[in-house]
Amino acid sequence: MIQLCSGALAVLLASSSLISLGWADVLIIVIYFAMVLGIGYYLSRYTKTGDDFFLAGRKMTMWIAGLAFISANLGSLELMGWAASAYQYGILATHWYWIGAIPAMLFLAIVMMPFYYISRTHSVPGYLKLRFGEGARMLAAISFALMTILMSGVNMFSMALVMKVIIGWDINFSIWVSSITVLVYVVLGGLLSAMFNEVLQFVLIWAGALLVPIIGLMEVGGWKGMVARIHENFPHGDYTHLWSTLGHFKDNPMGIHWTGIVFGLGFIISFGYWTTDFLVVQRVLSAKDLRSAKMAPIIGSAFKMLVPFIVILPGLIGLAVMPGLVGQDQAAATGQPSYNEILPLMMARYLGPGLLGLGITALIAGFMSGMAGNITAFSTVWTYDIYKPIHFATTGKEVDDRHYVKMGRWATIVGIIVSIGTAYLVEHAASIMDYVQALFSFFIAPLFGTVILGMLWKRATAAGGFWGLLAGTLSSIGMWVWVRVDPRALSIIAGSPDAKAMAEDMYRALWSWLICVAVTVIVSLATRPKPEAELVGLVRGCTEIPSEGHLPLVKRPIFWAGVVFAAFLILQIIFW
Amino acid sequence: MHEDHGISIWFFIGSLLVLYGLIIVIASLPALFSPAAAPHIVLAHLHAGVWWGALLLLLGIFYVILYWPASKREQKS
Repeated sequence: MIQLCSGALAVLLASSSLISLGWADVLIIVIYFAMVLGIGYYLSRYTKTGDDFFLAGRKMTMWIAGLAFISANLGSLELMGWAASAYQYGILATHWYWIGAIPAMLFLAIVMMPFYYISRTHSVPGYLKLRFGEGARMLAAISFALMTILMSGVNMFSMALVMKVIIGWDINFSIWVSSITVLVYVVLGGLLSAMFNEVLQFVLIWAGALLVPIIGLMEVGGWKGMVARIHENFPHGDYTHLWSTLGHFKDNPMGIHWTGIVFGLGFIISFGYWTTDFLVVQRVLSAKDLRSAKMAPIIGSAFKMLVPFIVILPGLIGLAVMPGLVGQDQAAATGQPSYNEILPLMMARYLGPGLLGLGITALIAGFMSGMAGNITAFSTVWTYDIYKPIHFATTGKEVDDRHYVKMGRWATIVGIIVSIGTAYLVEHAASIMDYVQALFSFFIAPLFGTVILGMLWKRATAAGGFWGLLAGTLSSIGMWVWVRVDPRALSIIAGSPDAKAMAEDMYRALWSWLICVAVTVIVSLATRPKPEAELVGLVRGCTEIPSEGHLPLVKRPIFWAGVVFAAFLILQIIFW
Repeated sequence: MHEDHGISIWFFIGSLLVLYGLIIVIASLPALFSPAAAPHIVLAHLHAGVWWGALLLLLGIFYVILYWPASKREQKS
């Protein structure tokens, strides 16, 4: 059977690819697909109720929830994209893993998780329903469901394209095989199956990618040798300092100021994504108790802090050993290799038979964990936050749990079909990809403003929450359109004529969050708040958070959050 | 892993690492004995496939033994 599959796969390998796979590489990929399908089939027997299907029975340990939390975010486009960014911008790309993730993940664990968990919500839009009512929930749910499914399609096409470039797989083959595999294991085992596979995929990503920076550092003579070679290759740029070049937009390859990194990325974008994007929050909601739910993001943050070792470092080593790679447009025009493929190029440089298959499997695993994350989040939000209220409003009847599990399975199937359709749409109109990615960014920052005010401010009202979210989202869209119509608008939004495209996202997020918060506060002060009795379990000051005072220090989440934060600060100083 | 029942996810991971370790070691052995069979990669003389494959194999064996389903049932009973 394996030989047949290997043969079928080998036929699909074209000669015009970056990498040629041998028998061991193909066998490793085939075994991976067999394993994830086997896990899905095995777990199907444990998926009976709505909680089982949508929240993995709320029985996950802190380790499983934490690793799945980080793995759902660690898609292969993330791996490939940030390795390429490291080649383009140097160590500045690390900000997306450190200040752009760690404080937000710790904040989710310590401050926000108790409210998500104690409210027993199934989703982030579900929390908005409890706190602000149906309007805010529907706005968040519909935008999230739509964007998640479109993003899934965009990622699917991007990955198929990457597979075509790297190993020569036909685009249709990549799209259908990966989609059907994810479809089968998610329909069978729901979130439980997705999370188990995400943990497996997390291990594979590390096993497949870790060897590249290890051998790379041996080749360049360690960190110091690498820095010396980068300076030799690029004498006019600083690619190896994290903060010291951020004093002015002109001083760094990213064209950004430290305020954009700290406030735009580190505060708004990061907090928006890590604390309100249901794709990642869903994994934590599956934890078996509140302490595990608080520990899961802390465990995730510790691993997130290490990811630059397998993503950013290969990009930096690439600057040392492969100078001269060009951007995508120039590569398409001249036929030169592009830095967008720096990660597979480094794999081809260092990995021999078998190891190369493991490296490619790491990329496939990253893609599938990201796709399963999108699909499970979509099916939950669709079923509980869109279908259920509409069904109740039209029929006036509550239906049993099995009905919703069935709907969740159908939503998974339909979601994957829509993703495949989006992938083919993107194939014929590449600009759609940019629009979809921009659309996703419109909602994240304002949603964080709405959720955080809802959790921390008793006075926030339903009208304030709804209009704040709407105003923040519309202002984000407005700024995006403004820059497209008149590129000079970027200098106004970012506050400097030297700002580059990367700075736009940071400052647009910052402004849209401020507008959301301002509108929420003004409208809330002008409208009548909910009685405090209705805010129990939802808002700080009205909710009794279980004390952890009786636990020994090493079992307290706050202790481990402090340890991770201290490590985060030390890393900033080391690479300043 | 799932708390109530079933095989631990770490057992599945261990099994996969055992298989992968074996495949990588077997695929890398020819280059160890014959320089002509060495892959065209940088630092090929380090034979990373052999030691990385062996590491995965050992790690896999450790997890398979630690989370072997039968031994877990015995512990419970």
